[in-house]
Amino acid sequence: MTDPAADPVLQAFEARLAKGEKAEPKDRLPERYRRQLVRMMSQHAHSEIVGMLPEANWITRAPSLRRKIGLLAKVQDEAGHGLYLYSAAETLGVPRDELIDQLLTGKAKYSNIFNYPTLTWADIGMIGWLVDGAAIINQSMLAKCSYGPYVRAMIRICKEESFHMRQGYEMVTALARGTPAQQAMAQEALNRWWPPTLMMFGPPEEQSTNSEELVRWKVKLKSNDELRQTFVDQTVVQAQVLGLRIPDPDLRYDEDTKHWTIGPIDWQEFFAVIGGNGPCNRDRLRARREAHEDGAWVRAAAAAHAAKNPQVNA
Amino acid sequence: MPDGASQLTTPADFAFAGYLARLADSHLVLGHRLSEWCGHGPVLEEDLALTNLALDCLGHATVLLRLLGQADGTGRDEDQLAYFREAVEFRNVLLVEQPNGDFARTIARVFLFAAYALPLYEQLQRSTDAALAAAATKFHPELRYHLRHAARWMLILGDGTDESHRRLQEAIDAWWPYTGELFALWPDDPALIERGLIPHPDRVRAAWEATITEVLGQARLARPVAGMHMLLGGPIGRHTETLGYLLAEMQIVARSFPGASW
Amino acid sequence: MSGAAASGEGPVWEVFVQEKAGDPHKHAGSVHAHDAEMALQHARDVYARRGQVASMWVVPHAAISASMPADNASFFDPADDKIYRLPAHYLSPASDRRR
Repeated sequence: MTDPAADPVLQAFEARLAKGEKAEPKDRLPERYRRQLVRMMSQHAHSEIVGMLPEANWITRAPSLRRKIGLLAKVQDEAGHGLYLYSAAETLGVPRDELIDQLLTGKAKYSNIFNYPTLTWADIGMIGWLVDGAAIINQSMLAKCSYGPYVRAMIRICKEESFHMRQGYEMVTALARGTPAQQAMAQEALNRWWPPTLMMFGPPEEQSTNSEELVRWKVKLKSNDELRQTFVDQTVVQAQVLGLRIPDPDLRYDEDTKHWTIGPIDWQEFFAVIGGNGPCNRDRLRARREAHEDGAWVRAAAAAHAAKNPQVNA
Repeated sequence: MPDGASQLTTPADFAFAGYLARLADSHLVLGHRLSEWCGHGPVLEEDLALTNLALDCLGHATVLLRLLGQADGTGRDEDQLAYFREAVEFRNVLLVEQPNGDFARTIARVFLFAAYALPLYEQLQRSTDAALAAAATKFHPELRYHLRHAARWMLILGDGTDESHRRLQEAIDAWWPYTGELFALWPDDPALIERGLIPHPDRVRAAWEATITEVLGQARLARPVAGMHMLLGGPIGRHTETLGYLLAEMQIVARSFPGASW
Repeated sequence: MSGAAASGEGPVWEVFVQEKAGDPHKHAGSVHAHDAEMALQHARDVYARRGQVASMWVVPHAAISASMPADNASFFDPADDKIYRLPAHYLSPASDRRR
């Protein structure tokens, strides 16, 4: 990494961040900051888009019209959030189709959690309650980060996301207070979703390569473990209210720290899924590629129509 | 039905209930088909657009199914009606139950249906049934946007490339035999028209024809030949086989957990 | 149009939303589209999902001219040394304050 003292752009940039100023697209930004942000924002966007798939899977099977409409609106929001985030990444000069191409060719990553399958209706509740609950904690932090367009996208997203977690928790509540079969379905889904949800915050910092720089540049304001702890504390209490068991024999309340402590996390599984070997990696990318390829003639038609009718373009 | 539920309803009006089912089920099934696109749209913006159309349709279905549960005297709510009827009890038009096909088919169907629904609900705003008239007033502006969006794509695809033009022409040709059903007069209808509950289908058809002629012309699409045999049956429960699969998927969770609420 | 017009998804349009009549139009985000009508429809479907919209503008991103941050010092006068533009700089007959 370059020494800040030897790089005037970096020096000026870090001085501005130290004063609490935000960075904007036309500023002279250090090349690495640019690259880190494009990587983070596009990964975040890809996660929203790929994240539509496991939930959209159940739109056609939702068990009531209210649930069907609520789920459809929620998955649609994720498309919107992906769109806002691609827009934010584009402010740094990388066109959206290039970013999407990185996803489709497997060069870009997205959140591991979406490589797990949705097997029952209860999974949809779990995604809302656990996955969106975890996402909000991360996103509230990002809404205070140093890059203006990312901040603006995150503020809009956090505002809209607030209904997602409530919707998920309401769904799980209906199951937990429902028939024995519904209760069993909820517990079984919690057993499967709890471990990968904890992994969503990433490994402890000593194992993470990007963290130190991201903290210095105020892209990341809290450590992975801090964020994970916030999630655990909040979720354990919510599970207790519903009478659901957190599937962790080591889970206990620490009177000294006033926090819940959890057992070990299987980081080998985490890295295996990142490496493309989760249960659904191939299916998710195949679905995205098919949508993209099936849509090619539509995009070509829109381009051709616009080219023939230049007066409708500004 | 428990006594409490049936006492809340007015005496059954089976003819009117049948008509409400025709409307409600058509919106429900079209909304279900459109919702299948969520996550698979040709561009991100259009993914959101198709989902908005689906959400509107499902919202319309919810309102209309509630009216149906009143009119048929059973007091059933929208979920009992959506999830616990068999295919032969559904009354939707055949057009909406067919699988989506490609984007051209999907857009052409939204266009053909919205071009019919817009004048229909314009007339239904004057229905002598106050609840249906109020529903029609609420749906009408939403349907206007459905038509605007679909008509725009008709123009783009019709004019765009040779491939898009070919696909859209094939879509119009494929859907055409289902359009006659939109304006069919079923045995119970004349009495409903007489009572001022519903408009005569010919009045809706005139507006539909005008829209179709205008948009097909702009999109340089050929109108299928007149006198083609039209497929009829949805409004009397004579469906195509595909509806059974659609309902099997839609109803599986609701039916797998007896006594559950969600 | 910028080179982005050649992209499969069309160029970027910036979206401005007015929440209610009388309010200013505020930047909401952007969409991709190949023409103005579709840009407007997409903007409606993306940025008006939760109501609260009285009016919407879409503007091709390439049509926007922006100042450069590097010019800020010379381009934007610091407001605080132009006291003659501030109302408190001027006295009213009722005021006995002296500057």
